[in-house]
Amino acid sequence: MKTRTFSFAFKKTLPIMLGFSFLGITYGLYMHQLGFNFLYPTLMAMTIFGGSVEFIIANLLTKAFNPWSVFFLALIVNSRHIFYSISMLERYRGAGWRKPLLIFGLCDETFSINYATELPDDIDKDNFYLYVTMLNYFYWVFGAFLGGVFGSLINVQLNGLDFVMTALFIVIFVDQVLREKDHFSSRTGFLIALACLFIFGDTIFLPISMFIMIIIFYVQYRRTGGTAS
Amino acid sequence: MTLPQQIITVAMAVLATMLTRFLPFLLFPSQNKTPRFVIQLGELLPPAILGMLVIYSYREQLLHPTSMSVIALIAGLVTVGLHVWKRNMVLSILGGTAVYMFFINIL
Repeated sequence: MKTRTFSFAFKKTLPIMLGFSFLGITYGLYMHQLGFNFLYPTLMAMTIFGGSVEFIIANLLTKAFNPWSVFFLALIVNSRHIFYSISMLERYRGAGWRKPLLIFGLCDETFSINYATELPDDIDKDNFYLYVTMLNYFYWVFGAFLGGVFGSLINVQLNGLDFVMTALFIVIFVDQVLREKDHFSSRTGFLIALACLFIFGDTIFLPISMFIMIIIFYVQYRRTGGTAS
Repeated sequence: MTLPQQIITVAMAVLATMLTRFLPFLLFPSQNKTPRFVIQLGELLPPAILGMLVIYSYREQLLHPTSMSVIALIAGLVTVGLHVWKRNMVLSILGGTAVYMFFINIL
């Protein structure tokens, strides 16, 4: 059952393997070009494990020391993780010793796969979550390491491969919309985020959209008297 | 920046990132009863987040439109079309990406 679960998880992460290796290598290369040796991208990938923030911090490391602005910037950019964790509270409940690892590795892609995959009966839920989390972590860290080590040796010819990640999110969203009976939540998320992006710009739109969504869902919860669950 | 300053900078980013992931689990530990609204939020939110992630992926293309944005939108529509038609995740992802890479590299 363990090997079956692993191969099932592995197949689900294949698009992410493609996207993360490519983006990870790009990130390693980027830090190399900024003048940092391979330990920087590798260690930052291992400890932060959040792609967009790593790119931002790489750039900030070349500027003046300002730890609090780094802290708040990372908090804003990664605020969406709070939503992933709230959504996974119940699913990760019985995960035992795996739980800290699952939470530590809860990135966009891992959340999408672990939330959206419908598991057959012969697949162990907790191990599936763990394998997806660890595989995605490995792809990203290994990519960053490769990019950092080989630096200028690798000539990235695969212009545009990063679209794999966008396509993955599109497919998972389309799946969700096709599967659900009520489009209230997906429509709310899509439209609020779109509006907030144009009104507030790309740094701050995530926390603001999330705040508005919580208010909308709370109003909905009050109106239905909290009976929906 | 000196090395200790670099370490502190990265540590701040790690701290903020970990905070965003661990906070809900710390606020609502599994041995306690999670408030009903939070449980319902956990059920209501995911479709909204998945929609938000699509916008998040397109944030730069939408805010700073170029010919690349048009390609990205077309490739996205191809991905949607393929998926509604065949419901095959790998096919939709590779098909959309292939369209994107093709146009990006010939233009």
